[in-house]
Amino acid sequence: MTSQSSRTASGAPIGWVLAALAIGLAVVSFSIGPVHLDPGTLMGGLFSSHGAASIIAREIRLPRALLGLFVGGALGASGAALQGLFRNPLAEPGVTGVTSSAGLGAILAFYFGFTAMSPWLLPAFAITGALGAAAILYLLSRAGAGVTALVLAGVAIASFATALTALALSLASNPYAMSEMVHWMLGSLKDATLNDVAFAAPLVTVGVALLLTTARGLDALILGEEAAQSLGVDLQSVRRRVVLGVALATGAATAAAGAVSFVGLVVPHLLRRFYGYEPALLIWPSALGGAALVTAADIGIRLASPDEKLLLGVVTALLGAPFFIWLILRLRTEP
Amino acid sequence: MSAPLSLVRVSASYGSRKALADVSASFPAGKVVGLVGPNGAGKTTLLRAALGFVPPSAGVVEVLGLPRAHWSREALARTIAYLPQGAEAHWPVAARRLVALGRLPHGAPLRSLNASDISAVDEALSRCDATAFAARRMDELSAGERARVLLARALATQAPVLLADEPAAHLDPAHQLHLMELLREEAGRGAAIVVTMHDLTLAARFCDGLIVLKDGRAIASGEAQTVLSDAVLAEAFGVAALQLSAGGAQTLPVIPWRRL
Repeated sequence: MTSQSSRTASGAPIGWVLAALAIGLAVVSFSIGPVHLDPGTLMGGLFSSHGAASIIAREIRLPRALLGLFVGGALGASGAALQGLFRNPLAEPGVTGVTSSAGLGAILAFYFGFTAMSPWLLPAFAITGALGAAAILYLLSRAGAGVTALVLAGVAIASFATALTALALSLASNPYAMSEMVHWMLGSLKDATLNDVAFAAPLVTVGVALLLTTARGLDALILGEEAAQSLGVDLQSVRRRVVLGVALATGAATAAAGAVSFVGLVVPHLLRRFYGYEPALLIWPSALGGAALVTAADIGIRLASPDEKLLLGVVTALLGAPFFIWLILRLRTEP
Repeated sequence: MSAPLSLVRVSASYGSRKALADVSASFPAGKVVGLVGPNGAGKTTLLRAALGFVPPSAGVVEVLGLPRAHWSREALARTIAYLPQGAEAHWPVAARRLVALGRLPHGAPLRSLNASDISAVDEALSRCDATAFAARRMDELSAGERARVLLARALATQAPVLLADEPAAHLDPAHQLHLMELLREEAGRGAAIVVTMHDLTLAARFCDGLIVLKDGRAIASGEAQTVLSDAVLAEAFGVAALQLSAGGAQTLPVIPWRRL
């Protein structure tokens, strides 16, 4: 009784803090940029359709701030759900190769002209790529693969997707192929447009909503698969919803911003000290925490290198990869 | 009234390997029935067939007199609680939160347990003598304490049937006795308990009835004290046992008998 209510009581305010943090950071993100505009001019620009302030506010700052929230939310929630499904804190869209496969899909759509037919084909291809990688994970989880197999499969999937990406770009004979490839492999919010937000926002929302429906099943999985089934959980359905939700959210996020790794690894880990270990309690906070983290990283990048030589994906990988190794070492030393 | 759980001529296979062959068994309310037999005899498969994890290739499983196929997933989850072999918590949650998972079949979203959920969790914890460490995390508990919490999780469902797959394995003698006592108490409250085990002394002492499985067949069943005859032990396990009641034994083996 006491632990029940105290957990909820302590969890709820943190949720509001996370939401406030994400929104506050998005406001900061909106207010900074190479052109200095005072808040009044910016707000004026947001609500008018004329002048330079309007273009900066509506077409550069706003998409970037919003996309940061949705990309971070997608990656945080995907990480929390994958960790719940695999019952392991090392699962994450980047580590498992889902993000690089989504990047491959986006590149195929982009360089072979499909995006000219319909703007929705870019996220559709990215989601298909993510779904391919997630389907392999689904088969692995159904076969009862451990986390070692999972991480190794992720390495293989990521290498495969990267190789195909390189092949696609050489076939596309684009003179800027190499630099474009870097953009997709190491994501960034710097070229965010309202179009990106227009497709990413609904798809990420649907994906995260789908992940939230698995909360009960993921909690039951704490007891193992057969015990979860004996509690009335439809395990196949839970697996499918996680795979589809991760593919939708991560695929759409990657289509808009390129591959951003390790957010889904770090965020649930940081939040466990406040929320405990139940997967169901972590999905929604991880979405908020991911949104805050990606927005904060994007702000940090712009403050540290105003010429934007530093990409978001570079920063998350530089911080995330050592963290990943530290986490492996810590799991090894635990009993 | 018919038994809460019964198997009528059930067969089941994993691929081409026949794991259960023409087994009939009835598990009455208020009784502890033990399943014994060598490794690979089909003890776990019998439980999995009862739960529907292995679809029977022949025969029928009846739950409260109704064929299993007629049961919805949710209703079945409220009727049969299952404690799998080697059960462990995969995340280090607090013991109490783990026990609350047993309320999932009753539709409780975990963050808002209602009054009857809370009382079921409290009662399960207290029946398993786990109240004292209910707030501690699973990874901070001893193996014996964890086993009791996991049993409490199964009891929290308040199902009329409990299937426990080797719940006493890997426990020290005192904890083994404790766990068997808890299963007996549940039977005393009217539940039908099915328990698989390897310790024949414990099985004979705590079960009302025993079913001896060998190569997927039930080769003997009946009163726990009488079914483990020399002939049955020889056929099922290929061993001869020291029969203390036969008299004339020179050295007594150390048999765990009572918890202090």
